[in-house]
Amino acid sequence: MFFQSLKMALASIASNKMRSFLTMLGIIIGVVSLVVLVSIANGATSSVTESISSMGTNLLTVTISDDKENPLKLAELSTFTDNDEISLISPVAQSNSTAKSGYNSESTTVHGVTNGYADIEGLELEAGRFVMTTDVDNHTNVAIVSQDLITDVLEINRADSAIGQTISLDGKPYLIVGVLAEDDSTTTGMSSASTYEAYIPYTSLMRLSDSVSEITSFVASATSEDTLDAAEASLTELMMARLDNDEDAFSIMNQSTIMETMENVTNTMALMLGGIAAISLLVGGIGIMNIMLVSVTERTREIGIRKAIGAGRGSIMLQFLIEALMVSLLGCAIGIFTSWVILLIIGAVSGDVGTYTLSQTVVVVAVAFSVAIGVIFGIYPANKAARKKPIDALRYTG
Amino acid sequence: MIRFNDVSKVYQIGGNEVRALDHATMHIAQGEFVSIIGPSGSGKSTLMNIIGCLDVADEGEYLLDGQEIEQYSEKDLARIRNHKIGFIFQNFNLIGKMTAEENVELPMIYQRIPKSERKDRVKEALTRVELWDRRHHKPTELSGGQQQRVAIARAIATKPSLFLADEPTGNLDSKTGAEIMDLFHELHEAGNTIVLITHDNEVAQQAPRSIRIRDGHVKEVDPCSFNL
Repeated sequence: MFFQSLKMALASIASNKMRSFLTMLGIIIGVVSLVVLVSIANGATSSVTESISSMGTNLLTVTISDDKENPLKLAELSTFTDNDEISLISPVAQSNSTAKSGYNSESTTVHGVTNGYADIEGLELEAGRFVMTTDVDNHTNVAIVSQDLITDVLEINRADSAIGQTISLDGKPYLIVGVLAEDDSTTTGMSSASTYEAYIPYTSLMRLSDSVSEITSFVASATSEDTLDAAEASLTELMMARLDNDEDAFSIMNQSTIMETMENVTNTMALMLGGIAAISLLVGGIGIMNIMLVSVTERTREIGIRKAIGAGRGSIMLQFLIEALMVSLLGCAIGIFTSWVILLIIGAVSGDVGTYTLSQTVVVVAVAFSVAIGVIFGIYPANKAARKKPIDALRYTG
Repeated sequence: MIRFNDVSKVYQIGGNEVRALDHATMHIAQGEFVSIIGPSGSGKSTLMNIIGCLDVADEGEYLLDGQEIEQYSEKDLARIRNHKIGFIFQNFNLIGKMTAEENVELPMIYQRIPKSERKDRVKEALTRVELWDRRHHKPTELSGGQQQRVAIARAIATKPSLFLADEPTGNLDSKTGAEIMDLFHELHEAGNTIVLITHDNEVAQQAPRSIRIRDGHVKEVDPCSFNL
C-alpha cells in the first residue's frame, strides 16, 4: 500500500512538473540558505579557532591596571616560574619606533620581551637566535626583526645574510641576531600589507622608550594545556598577594577562554543565520500547503472516484501526505546538492579549499526540517482530501 | 442479496424536509438482473447511493449479503464498496491521467491483491470488453462507449457480488448503448447480480424484472406492461 501510494505521488508530481518545481523552489531556497550559511559560519569558526590555537593554547596574558605605587620588577617576575604549573614568563611592552638603515626608514613596532617569549607565543625564527637571558641582564642592543624589515630597510633578501648587520631604531644602533619566519597567514591570506616588527630585550626597550618603564603586562605559559586552569589560579593568587588583594587591579586572560568566547560568538551567529534560513524554509512549507490545497480541490472528482471504488480515508490521506512529503524531500535533495556546488565555488574563489565544506550536522537538520515541513503542511490538505464524502466529491464539477 | 426493510432517507434542503426515500421495502435475489426506473427527482439517486453504500439510510435497515450496512463505519463502508460492489456510472468516472489498464487495476490495489494477480485480472477483464489492445490509452483517447467498457472492466476485475449501474447508457448513442446492454446480459448470464438504474423505459425493459420508484415510494412492476 505504501509503495503504491509512493508511486501515485510520484506520478502526480511528474504530471505537473512546472508546478511541482515551483512548489519545491521554496524548499530549495530554504535548504540552500540554511546549509550554505551555517556551513560558512562553521568554516569561519574553525579557521578562527585554528589561528587562535596556533598561538599556543597554554597562554596566559596578565594586564596590570593599578600597580599600587609598587611596580612589578623583572626579578620578581622570574620568581613566578618557581611555581610548578607555570613554565615560562615574559614581560611585554610595545613602542613605535623608526627603523632606519642608510636612506631607508620605516615605522616599526618594537616589542620588549625576555627569553621566554618566543616559546610562549610560538614564534618561529628563519635564522639566528632569539633574545637570551644575558641580553636582558646586560641591556644589550640586539634585535630580532621581521622579514619585511630586512627586505625593505636593509635591502637584503636572504635571512641569514642579515645576521650581524646593524639597524637603527630611533637612532640607536641595534645588532640583528635573528630573523622571524614569515607568518603563514600573510603569505596565503588577503593581507598583503608589510609587517614591520622587531623584538628587543625588555631592558633595552626601557632605555629606548620613555613610555616603557615598569611592567604593566606580561605573558606566561602553563606547563601543559591540562595545567592551564591551575596555572591561572596560582598566578591569580600571586598577583592578589602582590597587589593588596585588589582583584580589580589586574586581569588575567586565558587563551582557551578567548577561544571559548570566540566559539560562542560564531555559534550564536550560526544559530541566528540558521534561524533566518529556517524561516524561509517555513515559507516554503506554506507554499507546499497552498499548492496541496489547490491540488485537493482540483482533484475532488478523482478523490470521489477513488473513494467510490473502495479507497478508505487512510489510503487517500497517505497518498496526499506522501505527495507533500515527496515535494519537500525532493526540494531538500536538490537544495543540498545546490549548496554543495555553491560551497565548492566559494571554496575555489576564496582559495580556501576544505574550509567551507558541507557540514553533516546541518544536512541532517535540513533533511529533518524538510520531513517535518512536508508532514506538518501536508497533513491539513491530506486530511481535507480524506474527509471528502464520496457522493459530494463525485457530483463535484469544478 | 439485497433487502430493504422500511428504508427512509430525509434531506434538509434550505430548511425544507425532503423525503427522498419513504419507507422503501424491496428484495433482490442473488443472480437477478433488476432495473430500477423512475423520473428524475424520484429518489433513484438516493436509492443508488444507499445500495452502493455511498450513503447510509436514516431509518429502516438495508442488508447486503446478510450484512446490516447501517452499523458499519466509514472505513468499513469503503471496504464493502471495494469488495462487493462494481460501480458503473453514467459519466464513466475514470481517472483522466491514468491509462485504461491503470484504471482497471486501481480498485484491486485498494483490495491489496498481489501484483501478478492484478495483472492477470486486468488482462482478463479488458479482454472481456474487447479493449486489451487499447490498454495504454487514456480515457480522453477513447470513445464514450470504450470508456464505459473500461469502467465495466474495472467492475469485473474486482469480482463484485453486485454490479450497480447508474444510467450506464445515458451518455451514449443508441448503438453503443446497445453494445453496453449486451455486455450486461452476458454478465447476467454468467451468474452475476446486476442492478441497473435508469429513467429510460426502453433500457429498463431489457431487464427481466423492474422496480419503479416514484416520490420515494418503491413499487414492483411488470416490464411487459410498459407503454412503448
